[in-house]
Amino acid sequence: MKDPVVAKRPARPGDTGAERGVAAAPHASEAPIPPTPEAPETTKAPHVRPGDRIFRGLATGSGVFIVVLIGAIGLFLILQAIPSLGLDNVNFLTSREWNTTDPTNLRFGILDLTLVTVVVAVLALLIAMPIALGIALFLTQYAPRNLARPFAYVVDLLAAVPSIVFGLWGLFVLGPVLFPFSEWLIENLGWIPLLAKGNVNVQLGGTIFTAGIVVAVMILPIITAVSREVFERTPTMHIEGAIALGATKWEVVRTTVLPFGKAGYVSASMLGLGRALGETIAVAIILSTATSSFGWSLFDGGSTFASKIALAAPEFNDARSAGAYIAAGLVLFVLTFVVNAIARSIVAGHKEYE
Amino acid sequence: MAKRLDIKDLNLFYGKFHAVENVSLAVPPKNVTAFIGPSGCGKSTVLRSLNRMHEVAPGARVEGKVLLDGEDIYTSTVDPVEVRRTIGMVFQRPNPFPTMSIRDNVVAGLRLAGLKDKKKLDEVAERSLRGANLWNEVKDRLDKPGGGLSGGQQQRLCIARAIAVQPDVLLMDEPCSALDPISTLAIEDLITELKKEYTIVIVTHNMQQAARVSDQTAFFNLLGVGQPGQLIEVDDTEKIFSNPGQKATEDYISGRFG
Repeated sequence: MKDPVVAKRPARPGDTGAERGVAAAPHASEAPIPPTPEAPETTKAPHVRPGDRIFRGLATGSGVFIVVLIGAIGLFLILQAIPSLGLDNVNFLTSREWNTTDPTNLRFGILDLTLVTVVVAVLALLIAMPIALGIALFLTQYAPRNLARPFAYVVDLLAAVPSIVFGLWGLFVLGPVLFPFSEWLIENLGWIPLLAKGNVNVQLGGTIFTAGIVVAVMILPIITAVSREVFERTPTMHIEGAIALGATKWEVVRTTVLPFGKAGYVSASMLGLGRALGETIAVAIILSTATSSFGWSLFDGGSTFASKIALAAPEFNDARSAGAYIAAGLVLFVLTFVVNAIARSIVAGHKEYE
Repeated sequence: MAKRLDIKDLNLFYGKFHAVENVSLAVPPKNVTAFIGPSGCGKSTVLRSLNRMHEVAPGARVEGKVLLDGEDIYTSTVDPVEVRRTIGMVFQRPNPFPTMSIRDNVVAGLRLAGLKDKKKLDEVAERSLRGANLWNEVKDRLDKPGGGLSGGQQQRLCIARAIAVQPDVLLMDEPCSALDPISTLAIEDLITELKKEYTIVIVTHNMQQAARVSDQTAFFNLLGVGQPGQLIEVDDTEKIFSNPGQKATEDYISGRFG
C-alpha cells in the first residue's frame, strides 16, 4: 500500500543525495524493488490450469453481463420514451401538468415530480445522516464489544423490513402522531415557505414531511452499515497516536476516526440518497395526491417519480401513455446515476488517507 | 520538567493472561533507559503501562505502582488523559495524522490541551521541529501533509509532536525498527540530544542501539511459552554489555539463547 508511493516520490530537497545514495547501497530498505525478479517470468510461459480459465471466464462474464444489463435497461427506457416524448403537447422538462388519460392529447411534464422527489429524498437524507453518523460512531467507538454486535444486527434488520410495511406504518401510525406537531409548525412557523400550509389535508398525514421521515428510517441501515465499516478500519496506530497525545475519546474520534472515515461516510450517504430517490411503495402509500401543484412546502402532497409510476399501472395498456411514464422513469434512472457518480468521485478524490 | 519514574511491583494482564510479573525498576531523570529482551517478553507492555496506554486494550489490567516523581499515576484520582499529556510516546511505525499538515501535526497535542494562540503555536512548532532536527528539511512546506515525508522524517515529526507539549518523560517503542540505517542514526543522535532535557525510556530489539544510546539497560526475559515476562536485571548499560550479573543476560547479549 505504501511502497509504490515511496518509490514514486521524487527526491526532496531535505533528503540529501548523499544520504540516499549510502542508504540505497548496502541496506536497501526504502529503495524500490529492483526489476531482476520479474525478468525470468516474462521469458517463461506462465502456468495456466483449467481452473484459471474457468474462473477467469466466469469473472469476466459476470462483469460484462452487468454492464450490458445496465446498458440494455437504459436503451429500453430511451426507445420506449422517445415516441411519447414526440407526442407530448407541453414541455417535458418544465411543465407541471401530468395528464395522460387521453393518448391522443398527451400533456406531461416532470417539474413537479422532480421537485417532490428531490425534496422527499433530501429531507430523508438530512434526517438520516446525523443519526446514522451517531449510530456508526456509537457502534464502533463507544458501545461495549458484546453489545455492539447485536445492536448492529438490529440496525441491519431495519433494512429487511419490507417497504410496504414502512408505508403502512407511516400512513396509520406516524401520520396521526405527527399531526399535532405539523399543525403547530404551520401555525407558528408558517411564514417560512417550507413550513407553510400545503395543498393537502395535514390531518391525514399524507405529506412530504411524513414521507421524508419514513424514507429517512428506511435509508438509515445502509448509511449506518457502510459508515460503520469505514470507521472500524481506522488504523490503530493513528488512534493510539492520538490517545498518547492525551486525547479524550471524542478528541480521538475528531482527530482520527472522522477524517479517516469522512469520504466513506459521504459516499454511504449518497448511496442512501440514491435509495431515497427511488423509494416507491412506501411513498406511494403515504403521499396524498394533490390537486394543485407543488408549492415548496413540506406539508404539500404530490407524487415522486417512483410513486407516480407505481400508481399509474392501469394506464399502461396504451403504449403512448405508458411511454410518458417510461420517460419519467428514464429521468429517475439518470438522476440516481448522477448521484452515484458524484458519490464515486468524492471517494476517489479523497485518497490521501491511504 | 524531566521527572523520574519508579516502577514498583508492577504486574500486567491481558484478560486472564498474566503478561508481565513483578517488575520493579527506577528510571532516573535526564537519562536514557533501554528495555531489551526477546519478542513477547513484555518490554513493550511495560513501556505502555508507563503512560497508561496499556489499559486501552480491551481486558487489560494493571497491578502495582508507577510513581512519577513520587506520585502514583495509577491512583483512582488520576485522569489517564492527564498522564498521557505529561508522558509522551513515540511508536514503532511513524504515525503522523495523515490529514493534518506538518505544522498541525506538531501542535496537535497543544491544540488538544486548549492552546489557540496562533503565534504561540507557530513558535512551538518551530522550536519542536528544531528540537527534532527536522526544521531545515520541512520549513518551506509546513502546510503540506505530514504523510508526504519519508519514513525517517515522519518519525522525527512524531518526536517533534511528542516533545511539543514538553513532557516529563518520553517513551519510545522501537522507534527505529521501521527505518533505514541512516534515519536510525539520525534518531539515535536526536535521542542523545533530547536526554539533556527529557527522561527517556526506549524499547529496542537492536542491542547495538541500546549500547549506543542508553545509560542504563533493563533486560526482560520469558521463562517459557504462556509464562509471564520478567525483568531479569537492570544495570548501567556498560556493565550489562561487558559484565552482566545474570547468565541469561549474557546468553542473550552474546546471541546464545535458552
